[in-house]
Amino acid sequence: MDWLLIAELGINGIFVGLMYGLVALGIVLIYKTSGLANLAQGALAMTGAYATWAIAVPLGVPIWLAIPLSLVAMFGFGAATERLALRRMIGQPVIMAIMLTLGIEIMLRGLLPGFAGAAVKRLDIGIPGTPLFLGDLLINRATMIGGAVSFGMILLSLLLFNSRLGVVMRAVSDDQTASWAVGIRVERAIAISWGLAAASATVAGVIWGATQGVDWSLSLLLIKALAIAILGGLDSIPGVLIAGVIVGVAESVATGLLDPLVGGGTRDIVASVIILLTLLLKPHGLFGREHIERI
Amino acid sequence: MFYRRAGIRFTRYGQERQIWPLPLDRRIMLLILLLALAAPYLLDRLYLVGYLLPWIIWATAALGLNLLMGTAGQIHLGYGAVIGMGAYGSVHLVRAGAPLELAMLVGGLISAAVGIVFGAAALRVKGLYLAMATLAMQYIVDFVISHVPFISGGSQATITVPQVRFLGIPIVGDAAVYYMALAICVIVTLFMLNVRRTSFGRALAAVREKDYAAEVIGVDTFRFKLLAFWVSSFIGGVVGSVLAVCYLRSISPDQFHIELSIQLVAMVIVGGMGSVLGSFFGAALILFAPIVLNNLIGFMADSMEMQISTDLRAHVPLMLYGGLIVGFLLWEPLGLAKIYNNMRNYFLVWPFRHAQR
Repeated sequence: MDWLLIAELGINGIFVGLMYGLVALGIVLIYKTSGLANLAQGALAMTGAYATWAIAVPLGVPIWLAIPLSLVAMFGFGAATERLALRRMIGQPVIMAIMLTLGIEIMLRGLLPGFAGAAVKRLDIGIPGTPLFLGDLLINRATMIGGAVSFGMILLSLLLFNSRLGVVMRAVSDDQTASWAVGIRVERAIAISWGLAAASATVAGVIWGATQGVDWSLSLLLIKALAIAILGGLDSIPGVLIAGVIVGVAESVATGLLDPLVGGGTRDIVASVIILLTLLLKPHGLFGREHIERI
Repeated sequence: MFYRRAGIRFTRYGQERQIWPLPLDRRIMLLILLLALAAPYLLDRLYLVGYLLPWIIWATAALGLNLLMGTAGQIHLGYGAVIGMGAYGSVHLVRAGAPLELAMLVGGLISAAVGIVFGAAALRVKGLYLAMATLAMQYIVDFVISHVPFISGGSQATITVPQVRFLGIPIVGDAAVYYMALAICVIVTLFMLNVRRTSFGRALAAVREKDYAAEVIGVDTFRFKLLAFWVSSFIGGVVGSVLAVCYLRSISPDQFHIELSIQLVAMVIVGGMGSVLGSFFGAALILFAPIVLNNLIGFMADSMEMQISTDLRAHVPLMLYGGLIVGFLLWEPLGLAKIYNNMRNYFLVWPFRHAQR
């Protein structure tokens, strides 16, 4: 057994997992406030990456300005999605709202490559491509910086829940009707959570776009993000951190060790297996709150 | 005016319980059946094989999914994988020399066995968790199909379907292929029309509305959820073998990916959940709208000298599927079937609206 290889896979897996976790953060934010899983999160990440690319390359805006601009635009996009589409689903069965987010995902996946061109676009955010050597370990610089940024963002969102806005969002996640009764604007809290989810998806999209190029395949982040969100528990942000690391390491190690045995493709299947096992063994994830159903 | 509802009053329960209680409906159904039977002699080959055949096959698949999503209320985002298992199972049996009728049934049973595994997830979780579990299982089955050489015959292999006979008739030529697909479609349609009149259908409806409440009134939720997955997957497997034998002629793993599942889910939602007629409407819209729109865009590009990229035209189907799902969920959650029903109810007694029940 080559321990150096496993250590290398593990460390890179941690960073990649944190980058996945940033996408999952949006799913958790939305689930915490509105109680539905956003299946459009992958497409939101893709849209964010396309938006950043569109602002930076065809418009010629420098990248340090393009990223904040697209963050603001995507915040608006997320909030508008909630206002125009999801809010009309209040009171409908949850299956409807989920199918709606799936429809948004499919539509975005067609719209953006259709109008912006399906070829892979380069998004340069100034990370040098040379790998970093840590003793004998070879570490991908782009994923390391991406992982660090994601870690910071997830910690930041933990802090957010101590602010005034965060308290409002916590109240809404506890009980929507009760928060309404004490004068909290529930719709606004949900819209803000959608905006924040879209913004965090944009950061994830930019980081992933910088490492693998911007094209439709960014929306495939959805399945990994779902795996993290479910493993960590859909309403737990610390869960995102820990499950992100678990999923990233599992995927990286499986790719490195199993691919030669079964002939490739394990990278795409690890997330699915984790989702399935979690749902069968512990449906509420590692840190999720048990959902009590009333008739 | 068209339907002449006025003056029709039922005096026995049996009359009202009929599948088509109105005489006019029965006549329309007979006419449609006759037209469907005569289609090979009326239609051009292009329309028969290019449009009518895929329509009835996809509508049959949508009916199977509708049993699960509409009647039993369980989300299933992995129906493409179920169809794929049925297709591979039956094609391998046919290649091994088994008669098609047997292969079709065994393909259905294989799918049902896979479907039970999907259903096992439904026992633990529901709603959005079930959506994710089935989504994950779609990817896992995809992986298994393409990575097990015993099933797919190698990672990039396609398996051709040999010449087969169905009920003694060789399936060669367009008409025979069409009639076979039509026969399966009619059987599944009749089954779906009847399911809601049985105790099975009523139990599924109870589970759909609220599974705990169903449990309280004495419906064995465990059994009926699994049964719903079993029956729906069995239909999926049979459709898979029809799809392979009648339409695809040679199968490869990428034909049963997540795209097929999304297409079918879109058909069910656009057509109307729980509606038999809606499955046909939905299949027609989802199959043909991208073709029509693509032709329209091509026509516009030619006639108005507009520059339209191939990327845009290649992504028209995805935009349409997504747009149609979003649009219907927002504005007509019960789908095309509901729109049709509204019009029908209006014209049923037109112009004597006060005569409506």
